[in-house]
Amino acid sequence: MEQVLFRHNRPGRCVTISEYRAGGGFLPLEKALREMSPDQVQQRVIDSGLRGRGGAGFPTGKKWSFVPRDLPGPRWLICNCDEMEPGTYKDRVLLEANPYLLVEGMILACYALGVEHSFIFIRRGYETAATNLARAIAEARGAGLLGENILASGFSCDIDVHLSAGRYICGEETALMNALEGRRANPRAKPPFPAIKGLWGGATVVNNVESLANIPFIIAEGADRFRSLARIPEASGMKLFCVSGHVRSPGCHELPLGIPLSEIIDDACGGMREGSSFKACLPGGASTPYFTPEHLSVPMDFDAVARAGSRLGTGGVVVFDQNTCMVRATLNLVRFYARESCGWCTPCREGLPYVVRLLEEIEAGRGSLEQVALLQEHVRLLNHAFCALAPGAMGPVDGLLRHFEEEVVEHVIRGRCPFN
Amino acid sequence: MIPEALKNELKARVAAAVTNREAAVDVMKRLQAHYGWLTDEGVHESAEILGMTTLQVEELATFYEMIYRRPVGRRVIHVCDSISCWAMGGESLMAHMAGHLGIGVGETTSDGVFTLLPCCCLGNCGEAPTMMIGDTLYGRLDSARAGQLLEEERAAVMGEMEGGR
Ligand SMILES: Cc1cc2nc3c(=O)[nH]c(=O)nc-3n(C[C@H](O)[C@H](O)[C@H](O)COP(=O)(O)O)c2cc1C
Ligand code: SF4
Ligand code: FES
Repeated sequence: MEQVLFRHNRPGRCVTISEYRAGGGFLPLEKALREMSPDQVQQRVIDSGLRGRGGAGFPTGKKWSFVPRDLPGPRWLICNCDEMEPGTYKDRVLLEANPYLLVEGMILACYALGVEHSFIFIRRGYETAATNLARAIAEARGAGLLGENILASGFSCDIDVHLSAGRYICGEETALMNALEGRRANPRAKPPFPAIKGLWGGATVVNNVESLANIPFIIAEGADRFRSLARIPEASGMKLFCVSGHVRSPGCHELPLGIPLSEIIDDACGGMREGSSFKACLPGGASTPYFTPEHLSVPMDFDAVARAGSRLGTGGVVVFDQNTCMVRATLNLVRFYARESCGWCTPCREGLPYVVRLLEEIEAGRGSLEQVALLQEHVRLLNHAFCALAPGAMGPVDGLLRHFEEEVVEHVIRGRCPFN
Repeated sequence: MIPEALKNELKARVAAAVTNREAAVDVMKRLQAHYGWLTDEGVHESAEILGMTTLQVEELATFYEMIYRRPVGRRVIHVCDSISCWAMGGESLMAHMAGHLGIGVGETTSDGVFTLLPCCCLGNCGEAPTMMIGDTLYGRLDSARAGQLLEEERAAVMGEMEGGR
């Protein structure tokens, strides 16, 4: 199968810059700087149909086009490598195997956006990825591919690595800007949107690692080639699906967007582990409503997954077998979000611990049908929070009530967890 | 008090940043590495190096999962309690670790070697259950392997202490 993001990979180690260049690496950058204007680069990314891989699926080229060309003052690009959403580990796998793709993608993005100074924001725990990136940046600079007057084109830009200290909310793009500025990482109000007023008040684009790593291929091979990689006509490109849970061989695989969920589980991950049968999964990380056996044929692309009642999110597929209590799984997920709440707004700070309590009561067999109704109500209420963390937290609760209501009610009626 | 050399190194880091505050997390982490945890003294020194108030530093220090404002052991053990690890036996791993160390979650062993903490997804979900000891990530853990790792780490720490580090 054609690989875009894993094409340069070497088994068990990180690729070197000479191997990357021998495989065609940094040719797209040369080509763009020689033959294309920034607008042409941006247009090609728009035409490619690339959508953000960080969770929201916003079209990347369109996001870039929101930055006004003539806005005075410095402008910024930030690569988001906070990756703390449970079930998601694709950016780590990518960067441990090949940091050059991201470096090249960022230089191309800087060129398209007119950015001279960019940042990679890396979570705590990804020290290997950070070391790889620091090395790749130094090597690129040494080869004249980064820094002043890149490849004698007159264009200059630089990349800084910012190491964080662990907090999920730092991945939210406006909280990330506060974190980078050395402020407490509470999200900011929108508008103004980052494209107009972001980091240090300047125009700012925030993109995920995987989104940016796709850019060199798009420039080299063209928008149509990128589109045609997907399995279904409405989708575009490849996707890193990182699978975990009760499958035989969990792993991170680059597969075409639009591939049916069953193929990811059965073909890429060897099916369910011994003695397990598929009960449910989170299709795209911890904030996405569950899929069930009836969804196994859903094409894994942004719109198709949304039509089926969930979200493609980060592509982190967490698989559960028949012995999993879905109330307890949901409790684990909401506890994560309650602990990671930044505390800025009341619905989230107060509401999530309350939802945790409701789920604890139900799981312990002390729940009532009124409490089930309260859970339902909170799926709606938490949409009123200040940022997307709290609605995301309720994604699994929403899925629980839609697909496993019987199991929830059974806890109440029997007065105990049926899985104990 | 931190050595003059470290202070100068950090001042250079701050000078290279776009604004002083941008370097705050780096500075706090270096002082934490020096003291073992981010002491009150470390907060004061960070503030001085960064040109921030101690309150501003405190506001940041208390926000991050991996900045410790209380004493911790020589090796902090972070056991992931997020969903993929939960599905693969993370709760029994944590219980086993606590039992093996003879401490509760959040506590430090009496010899000062280990502190046991739960943490968010370590981005190693495909190899669940996962934990981090110091800076090193370990996956696919069962109780035997976890116990063995603890013994190895303890021996390494004893070696460091004898070496006077
Ligand atoms: C609570 C929260 C955490 C997030 N964490 C991440 C993250 O770790 N990495 C990421 O790329 N996007 C994360 N996002 C999404 C970002 O806000 C933003 O949409 C994304 O980085 C944009 O990049 P993309 O357009 O390339 O996807 C998070 C969003 C929220 C609400
Ligand atoms: S929703 Fe939660 S994380 Fe977002 S601003 Fe409110 S308290 Fe903070
Ligand atoms: S859920 Fe434990 S490492 Fe991701």
